[in-house]
Amino acid sequence: MTFSWISAYWPLLLAGAVQTLSLLAISVIFGFVIAIGLAFAQVSGGPILRSLARGYCTFFRGTPLLIQLWLLYYGVGSLLPMIPGIRQSLFWPILREGFFFAAVSFTLNYAAYEAEVLRGALLAVPKGELEAGRAFGMRPFTLTRRIWLPRAIRIALPTIGGEIVMQLKATPLAFTVTVMDLYAVATKVRQDTLLVYEPLVVVTVFYLIITAIIARSFRFLEAQVPVRR
Amino acid sequence: MATSSQGILDLLSPYPPGWGGVLLTGAASTVAISAGAFLIGLLLGTGGALGKLSGIRPLRLLLELYTTTVRAVPELILIVGLYYAGMDGLNRLLAALNLPAFELNGFAVAVAVLGFVQGAYMTEVLRGAILAIPVGQIEAAKAFGMGARLRFHRIILPTLLPNALPGLANLWMSVTKDSALVAVVGYQELALATRLAGASTKHYFIFFLASALIYLALTLVSNAIFNLVERRVRRGQPKLA
Amino acid sequence: MRLASTLFAGLAFALSSMAAQAEVRFGIMNESYPPFFAKDAAGKWQGWEIDMMDAVCEQMKEKCSIVELSWDGLIPALQSKKFDVIWSSMSNTAERSKIIDFTDKYYNTPSTLIGPKDQKTGATADDVKGKTIGIQVSTIQSEYYKKYFAKVADEKTYQTLDEAFQDLAAGRIDYVFGDSLALDAFLKSDSGKDCCAKMGDVADDKEVLGAGVSGGLRKEDTELKAKLNAAIAAVRASGKYDEITKKYFSFDIYGAK
Repeated sequence: MTFSWISAYWPLLLAGAVQTLSLLAISVIFGFVIAIGLAFAQVSGGPILRSLARGYCTFFRGTPLLIQLWLLYYGVGSLLPMIPGIRQSLFWPILREGFFFAAVSFTLNYAAYEAEVLRGALLAVPKGELEAGRAFGMRPFTLTRRIWLPRAIRIALPTIGGEIVMQLKATPLAFTVTVMDLYAVATKVRQDTLLVYEPLVVVTVFYLIITAIIARSFRFLEAQVPVRR
Repeated sequence: MATSSQGILDLLSPYPPGWGGVLLTGAASTVAISAGAFLIGLLLGTGGALGKLSGIRPLRLLLELYTTTVRAVPELILIVGLYYAGMDGLNRLLAALNLPAFELNGFAVAVAVLGFVQGAYMTEVLRGAILAIPVGQIEAAKAFGMGARLRFHRIILPTLLPNALPGLANLWMSVTKDSALVAVVGYQELALATRLAGASTKHYFIFFLASALIYLALTLVSNAIFNLVERRVRRGQPKLA
Repeated sequence: MRLASTLFAGLAFALSSMAAQAEVRFGIMNESYPPFFAKDAAGKWQGWEIDMMDAVCEQMKEKCSIVELSWDGLIPALQSKKFDVIWSSMSNTAERSKIIDFTDKYYNTPSTLIGPKDQKTGATADDVKGKTIGIQVSTIQSEYYKKYFAKVADEKTYQTLDEAFQDLAAGRIDYVFGDSLALDAFLKSDSGKDCCAKMGDVADDKEVLGAGVSGGLRKEDTELKAKLNAAIAAVRASGKYDEITKKYFSFDIYGAK
């Protein structure tokens, strides 16, 4: 096993890691915000809202991420030339890069899975606490903001940590739409050096380190607000 | 899109020159690979769960390594790595033992690789399900003098199933979606068939949408089947809240 | 017990493609690369390279089968004996020759740049300055890019040439760099006709662009190499080569010696 190529390629590996982490951060943060909306739509929304949210979740959880990604990048991409003046618009630098589409696709997908987790957590908050809040005269929005949502997030924290790790493991798919993420760098190294396994091994180590950091951080977060058993 | 609805139906028709047939064959491939991988995963998972609970320390550590590594490494890397390394390593092992090398066809390799990955997840699901069986029932079975085999298929298996089913249903969903990843190593299932159809006709949007709908149909049908199975397996047990 | 025997039968069936059959397996990239090889709606492979493969097999009097794989997996899979010959429009280059062996060439065509119709033509480093070029991963064109264009232009890599065409049509890239015939096939297609035109052939560089497209072989398969070379020569001599070429092209693609 030769690892001598690392000295030449480490700037590229670092850049790839930055891309991977950016995709992860964007999809997790924005996905979480969307997921809160979807979860509440399903728990306390009217019938139309509920079925729309359910439909969204079923579609995004029922189809492979790879297909969603290709549908967005190539499918929408093939429609782009039909919009007049798109190349001169200020959106063009974003629309011509794969990163935007990968980020959007991962965000929408993550939101669907996270919504399921949050929905379960919202329903698991002890009713007594909500009743106490109402007895205090809290308005629904204050109740949600002060009691319901924070308690639900705390209940869901371990699962959210797991979901973030799963999202990290899904990011390599971005390489199929020209994003130079960590896995794409490994493919490039494999192509340049014709080594089959070594680049994969190095990149795997990167992923394992990032996974360990995420797992550690979540254990720290959970320890901040202990759950009484 | 400058295609009329007649044009779209022509493209999707199951008979050549429509590409519907290629998509459906791909879908059948997807189901076949997923089923094969699910079964292998079940076997590995059952063995893994029992091994982890058996109390033999080296076995437990080995299985810990297996499940942790497989669950921490991205599936894409696992599939690509195992696809090339698996056959290579196996053949080198056989060569070292002076046995003739043999070839597995693409289907078998895809199933083996996905099954290996699924096995790790299944181990955790089944282990959790076995631990959830009330200890009193096993003690009662032992008090009756039931041997290990009888205990397994009279008490453990029937009680395990309802606990494990939601987890198993999730794993079935994830294996059908992970099967799309073998498109990256070139085995032709639905995702790759869709790309080929799109590439040939240049109508990408239609074919990706059609393929998404096929996967969705697969998911919904699987959900319905699992719900039926769960209802049957839970008969006679107190309903959940 | 029944379960065990069914599993065993299943396993035996899966393993049944043992190397006991004396057939030659050809590895091809599993995405369409017209006009050399493409899958039609009925799932059958067809194209110039497929016809050539059939002719060569007929000469060698061997049974031939096709194994499909992703492009950048062809060389590793050849090494791990998943098939015997790479027959996927792969060029014989110095880099690749370090790892695998090649037969004599069976065609040689220049590498070309294509771009949007309203773009200035020209295929030198000055012409592509500041632009983005779409290239397929692990190809001679990406090697050429590294040597001549890397300092002046950006590169976007794709798993298949076809994805590069899509992005060219969508306007995300300014050029696609690939084999002239494959690019030509795109320019003749519906989507290529409307959007794009040929920008020019790049200056030749035998070391990087290679000595022509040949079959790829493991270094130890010298017997197979001799058989294939004899068959290729025979197909050329007998006129079958020209017959096949006429079906797809109006000129000889063998290239000067």
